Amino acid sequence: MSDVVLTIDGKQVTAKKDMTVLEAARSAGIHIPTLCYHEKLEPYGACRLCVVEIEQRGWWRLVVSCVYPVENNLVVKTRSEKIDRIRKTIIELLLAHAPDAFELVDLAKEYGADRNRFEKEPSFCIHCGLCVRYCAEIKKAFAIGFINRGTKREISFIPEIASKVCWDCKECFPLCPTEALQAAFVLARAMSFPELDYDANVKGK
Amino acid sequence: MDMDKVDQIIDKHNCEASSLIQVLLDIQGANNWLPKEALDRVAERLQVPLTRIQHIATFYKAFSVVPKGRHGVHICLGTACHVRGASRILDTVQDITGLNPGETDLDLKFSLETVNCLGCCALGPVMEVDGKVHGKMAPAKIADVLKNYD
Ligand code: SF4
Ligand code: FES
Ligand code: FES
Repeated sequence: MSDVVLTIDGKQVTAKKDMTVLEAARSAGIHIPTLCYHEKLEPYGACRLCVVEIEQRGWWRLVVSCVYPVENNLVVKTRSEKIDRIRKTIIELLLAHAPDAFELVDLAKEYGADRNRFEKEPSFCIHCGLCVRYCAEIKKAFAIGFINRGTKREISFIPEIASKVCWDCKECFPLCPTEALQAAFVLARAMSFPELDYDANVKGK
Repeated sequence: MDMDKVDQIIDKHNCEASSLIQVLLDIQGANNWLPKEALDRVAERLQVPLTRIQHIATFYKAFSVVPKGRHGVHICLGTACHVRGASRILDTVQDITGLNPGETDLDLKFSLETVNCLGCCALGPVMEVDGKVHGKMAPAKIADVLKNYD
C-alpha cells in the first residue's frame, strides 16, 4: 500500500493510506487527547475532544481527527488557541455530567477548564459509547446498549443477556472514563438478579 | 399481543433485518405499542441484537414501549391554539379521562398527549382523536366527542 506523507505540528509524518489523522499522529508520537477512541473499535466521533485544525487553501478548518482520513500533503495543527478553547468547553460540559471522573479532572487541569462552569447534572455517563461498542464489536454479546435520545439518552443492560455473560466478563468496566458503567451494572444486577447479589455481597462468594 | 400476528408481520417483510423499522412500525400500528415479547420475537427472527431494537424503539416518538390506549387523544398546545384557550381544553380532557399528558388509563382506552401545532391553526383550539381533527373545541363539547370512542 502506498504511503501518505503529511505534516503534523510541523513534523513530517508518513502514514498508511487508510489511517485517520489521529492514528497517524499517534504513530509519530504526537499526543491528541481522546475520550471515545479505542484502537480496537470502529471510530465513533462522539466526544469531539480530538479536534484538530487542518489547512485547506490557506484557511484553517476544524476536523475531528479520530474520523478524518489522512491525505497527501495535509497540514495539521493539534494545538492552537482555538483548539484549546474548544477542548476546554467540551471538558467543562462533560464535567457537568461526571464531576469527579479522573480522566476529566486531569484534562481539566491541562486545559484550564472550570468544573463549575455549567450547572451540575450528574448522569455520570458521558455517552462515549465505549462500553456499548466494545460489547457489540469485540465481544459480540450485545448485553448493553443505549436507550432513549438527546438529554434522556442512557445505557441499559439487557437483563437476560447480562445475567449470562457479564458476570464473567466485565471487560467494559475499565474502559469507562467515568464510573457510570460500574454503577449501572451494580444497580442492574441488584434489581435483576437479587440471588446473585445476595451471594456476592451477603454470603461473600 | 398475539405472537402469530407478530410472526405474520415479520413474514410480510420477508424476515429481513433491513426492514426492522418497518416491522416495528407495523407492530406498533397493530397493537398501539411494542410489548417486550414482541421485541424479543423480532430480535430472534430478524437476527438483530435486542440492544439495537431497544435503541430504535426508544429513539423514535412513533414507537411506544409502554402500553398505549386504543385511542390517541392529542391536544394542541401550539401558539395559535394556546391563545384560544388550549389549556382549558387540556384541563377538561384531564378531568374527564383522569389522565395527565403521556399517560394511558388501565382499560387501555385513551392515551393523552400534548402536541405543538397540528398544522390547522385556523381551527384552534384543536383536539385530535385517532387522527381525526376536532376543531374549534370548547370545554363543553369535549365529553360529547370522547363518548363516541370505546
Ligand atoms: S457508561 Fe461509561 S463507557 Fe459506557 S457510554 Fe457511558 S461513559 Fe462511556
Ligand atoms: S476521540 Fe475523536 S471524537 Fe472522541
Ligand atoms: S397551534 Fe394548534 S394547530 Fe397550530
